[in-house]
Parts: sequence; C-alpha cells; structure tokens
Amino acid sequence: MLSIDNLHVSVEGKSILNGINLDVKAGEVHAIMGPNGSGKSTLSSAIAGNESYEIDKGDILFRGENIVELAPEERAHKGIFLSFQYPIEIPGITVTNFIKTSINSNLKARGEKEMSASVMLKKIREKAELLDIDSKFLSRSLNEGFSGGEKKRNEIFQMAMLEPSLSILDETDSGLDIDALKIVANGVNKLKNKNNAVIVITHYQRLLDYIIPDYVHVLHGGKIVKSGDKQLAHELEEKGYDWIK
Amino acid sequence: MQLSEKLISSFLAFELDTDINSTIHGIRTSAIKKFEELGFPTRKLENWKYTSLNRVIKEDYTVFSKKKNVLDFKNVKDYFIDNIESYKIVIVDGFFDPFLSQTSHDGLDICIMSAALNKPKYSKIIKKYFNKTANSEDSLTSLNTAFSKEGAYIHVPKNTVLEKPVEIIHFATGNEAALMLQPRNLIVVEESSEVEIIESHQSLTDNPVFTNSVTEIFSEKNSKIDYYKIQDDVVTSSLIDNTYISQKRDSDVKVHTFSFGGKLIRNNLNFFQNDKSINSTMKGVTIIDYDQFVDHHTLVHHANPNCESHQDYKGIYSGKSTGVFNGKIIVDKIAQKTNAFQQNNNILLDDKSTINSKPQLEIFADDVKCSHGCTIGQLDQDALFYLRARGIPKKEAKALLTYAFANNVLESVNIPELKYKVKKIIAKKLGVSLGFDL
Repeated sequence: MLSIDNLHVSVEGKSILNGINLDVKAGEVHAIMGPNGSGKSTLSSAIAGNESYEIDKGDILFRGENIVELAPEERAHKGIFLSFQYPIEIPGITVTNFIKTSINSNLKARGEKEMSASVMLKKIREKAELLDIDSKFLSRSLNEGFSGGEKKRNEIFQMAMLEPSLSILDETDSGLDIDALKIVANGVNKLKNKNNAVIVITHYQRLLDYIIPDYVHVLHGGKIVKSGDKQLAHELEEKGYDWIK
Repeated sequence: MQLSEKLISSFLAFELDTDINSTIHGIRTSAIKKFEELGFPTRKLENWKYTSLNRVIKEDYTVFSKKKNVLDFKNVKDYFIDNIESYKIVIVDGFFDPFLSQTSHDGLDICIMSAALNKPKYSKIIKKYFNKTANSEDSLTSLNTAFSKEGAYIHVPKNTVLEKPVEIIHFATGNEAALMLQPRNLIVVEESSEVEIIESHQSLTDNPVFTNSVTEIFSEKNSKIDYYKIQDDVVTSSLIDNTYISQKRDSDVKVHTFSFGGKLIRNNLNFFQNDKSINSTMKGVTIIDYDQFVDHHTLVHHANPNCESHQDYKGIYSGKSTGVFNGKIIVDKIAQKTNAFQQNNNILLDDKSTINSKPQLEIFADDVKCSHGCTIGQLDQDALFYLRARGIPKKEAKALLTYAFANNVLESVNIPELKYKVKKIIAKKLGVSLGFDL
C-alpha cells in the first residue's frame, strides 16, 4: 500500500530524514519508534503532505502512485489519514461541522454523492459510542479548550468517521491516561481490517501493548537503523535507545 | 465647482423647495453654516488621519435627484431578507417608495421623516428628539442635518415589543450620472419596548453614489434595540454612516455592522450612556478586497456608573484593501464600576492589504474594568494544513477558517433569516458555495 524509497526530507534547509525505506502492506500495523528528534514527526508530515517539509530526494508511492507532488487534501482523498501529535484548536467550527465538511469534501473529490444528514448523524453516533465520546463534546468548537486526551480521542474519532486506508498515528499515546489509552487503542483495533494499514509513531512501547504491531522500526538520525517484530519494542523499553545507535 | 460649494449654494433652493416655516428651519440653517465653516473633513484632522474623502468627493454629484424612479419588486427582492415578515421603509433615489414599503401606524409609527417633519401630530417627538444626540459640531453630520428631508422615522411607544423587524433600504437607481444622498433617520424606542432594525444602502448601477447618512437612536428606560447594518454595496458607491445612540437606564442596544462592499465606507458609531445600568454592544465583520476601504470609528461615552460596553470587530482584508478601526472609550469620573471591553482582530490575506487599528481609552474613574486587544495576522498555516489533511481543499479550508474567524460575531445575530443571508454573502465573498454550515 505504501512504499517509501530512499526518502530525504529537509525543513528550512536542515535535512532531517536521510534515506528512509519503508514498505507497508494492507492489513499490517507498523510501529516507528525512536528518540526525540530522530525524525518521526517529519516522516508523518512528509507522508501527509505538509508543505513546510521539503522532499529533496526519493519517492513516496501510495498504491503504486507517486504522491510527493500531491497536495495534502489530494492525499487525504486517496485515503491517507494523519492523527496529529498536536491537533490544532479552531474556535468557531464545531467538531460535527468539521467532520461533515471533511467527509463531504472527500466524497466530492472521489466523485461520490454527499452523505445525507441522517446517515451522517447515525455514523457520528456510532463512532462516538465506540470511542466513548459524549455528544456534548461534538457540538464544541474543534479542539478548543480540549484536554490533551480529548484532543487525541477526537483525532481517532475523525479517523473512525473517515475510514482511511492508511492511518498514521503520530504520538497518539502522549497526553493519554491509561483508561483513555485503552479506549483509543480499542477504537483503532476495531477499525483495523485486512484492507487498511496503520503506522503507529511513538516514543514509548506502552501503546504497543494495546495496538500490537506486525513490524517495529527504529528511527535514528533520520534513518531506519533497525527493524524487527513486536519483540524489538520490548527490548527498546528495557534497554533504551542507546544500544541501537 | 467643488462639491462643498455646490452643496452650500443649493441650500437656499432646497429650503425654498421644502418648507421654510418648518420647525426645523432654524436647525437646518445653523447646520449649513457649520458645514460652510468646516467643509469636508481632511486628513489633517486626527479623526480622519487614515481616511481621505478626496476620491469620493471629486465626482460631480447631483445633490437632489429630480426624477422618481419606480422599481419593480421582483428586480430588487434579493436585497430584502428572504422568508421573513417585516415592516419596510424603502427609499429610492432619496424618495419614499410607497409600493415597496410596508409602513405602520398601528399603535406605533413606522414611516418616513418627510411626514414626521411636516405633520403636526409628530411635532412633539421631533421637537424632543430631532438633532438632539447628533453632533452639531461635526461637519458631515451638519451637512446631513442641513439637507435632512427624507429617511426612516420609527417611534415605538411604551411596552411595545415589535413582532417583526423593520427593514430600511435605500436604493440608488442610477438615474443620475452621479448622485449624492443624505438620508436622515430618527428612531425613538420608549420605555420597555423592543425593536429589531436592518438597514442597507444599495446602488443598482455603476454610477457613482455618495451617501452621507445620519441616524439618531433614542433608547429609553429598559428598552432593547438590535440594529443591523448591511454594507454590501457596489464598488462605485461610498457611504458615510453617522449613527448616534442615546441610552437611558437599563437599556440594551446592540449594533452589528457587516461591511462587505463599496468603494469607501466610514462608520461613525457613537454611544452615549445617559443613565445607570446600560449595556451597549458593537460588533462588526469587515471583508473587503481590491482597493476598497472601510473605516470603523466607534465612540462609547460612559457617563454614569454600572454600565457596560462590548466591542468586537473582525476584519479580513484582501488585495489592496484598507481597514481602519479606531475605538474610543471615555469613562467619566462619575462612571464607577464601568465594564468596557474592546477587541479588534484582523487577518491580512495579501501583502498589499492594510489595517490601521487604534484603541483610544480616556479613563477618569478608578474603579473600572476596561480592556482592549488587537491582533493582526495571517491565516494560521498549521490550521490550514490540519483542514487540508482532512481532505478539505485549500480554497475551502481558507474560507472555513475565515468563516470561523468571523463566526462569533454572527452568533449574536438574533434573526435566523438575516444570519443566513449574511453567511451567504460571506460565502460568496470568499468564493465558496455554502456547502458547510457553522
């Protein structure tokens, strides 16, 4: 589904990623771990198409198509979803209206009919329930005054609504207490199927107790320095990152 | 001949043509003298530092339209609020249009100034209120006073809550190559009464129009007024709106100003709190482009204790457009426990757009809460990426953020049909279809 080949990315002239290679197939869960500053968030931003990140070299193929020149919205239309590490507060747009606009923009871009209000409402209820989200929460302004945990839960709610093929969860565990972490992980697991894929970006192994990865990659100095199965995550938890450098 | 000379020399003819025996003859005469003395304001005046009228007053305006043009409702119905029952006062090229209007004398008076100024039954109210809160030291207000003849006249007696709003629309049909209009409105809302008013000025052609409007509003004890100004005119029209509001105890007046179009707009919005426990609210959304110019000058005079004022103006400027916000708050020594808040937030969408924002606080009391804040920025790039990453295209994402930015000003619009209309205009201004509602 996703195939990253020799990817070099820089921000404001400073190179952050120095030749990333990664293959993610449908049905797989990949974890990308690494210390602070190793380039984890840069990788997620580059896949999602943040224009502040300059792709100097390499390709990002999504279902065989090179997407490096595509706008962020075009990548979203193709089914790429980024759960933000720091979701943005937008006063004046409610969660519900934001998600409606988002879904209908995606449908429109794919040449499909807009979702009817009743179908939308039903889906919102169902997904809110899955993530244990209060309906009052949905009529609040997007992320405004949300706690860290509420913001993350709201990200996964959006993921549930949009049903992307590829979800990148950027530090979704940060700011979550253990109960919220379980709810979020449970939500992600329920959405998981053989046709979609998840990339979990995390500093700690904690989340991987609940979202079990098929592969674990260690990012360091802008490169993947080690790959393995979920056992690698446990090793990292025990030994830290120093041994791997 | 310069416009000011032309105006002064037409005054005599105007007086002869109207009614030299009118009760306000004396007021008009001293007003023209004041204008003769002051002339049009120039940028040398502190209050006009950022705003030049030169490009407006250079046109050769006809001061009095000769012909009465008849408008067909179906051609102008878009300028009224859809799906709503309302009283209507429609003025076309300075003349009352009885066909498009829907006035009332049923326990109140919703009619026109020409009647109020000439008929004896209104003389008591005219004597008590006419030109009593307007600033007779102001040149443009004086100019309007000198030529005051037509406009809206609304008198709501005690304990009357209007069940439908009043729409005041001034049309210019382009029957003159260039036309100057000077509508004069008087609104008196007596004790414990409530009214909602929607005012707009609309030119129907590209012929230059210059409107110098004066509105006096008297909000008596415990009354409530919601006043909405829709300024969405064509780029060849300019408007100077002088509004004076005099409030009495426990009254609550809100003015929303939506400035979306026109060549030059200057709003002089003045609140005088003449008693205790008064609430005054001013909100505005300005969205302009090209070389359009919008200037909001507000004044709140807190002259009594325990009063509040709230100001919230948002501006979105594209192209070479320019905005001015000058918010003056005066708190007299006697006006203890005043709460006065002022906020002006602006987004500049292009390198060549400009905003001049200036708070002006003169506080002489010591036990008050006054705050002011001003921001000038661009659309938040992180927010834009967030929306785009959810599949919302760039243009729509920008529009949505702009909408969101303006939205809290729309929240306090109490007429749903009006809110819908304003949202529709905003969507159109931003170049998106109204696919989202907020």
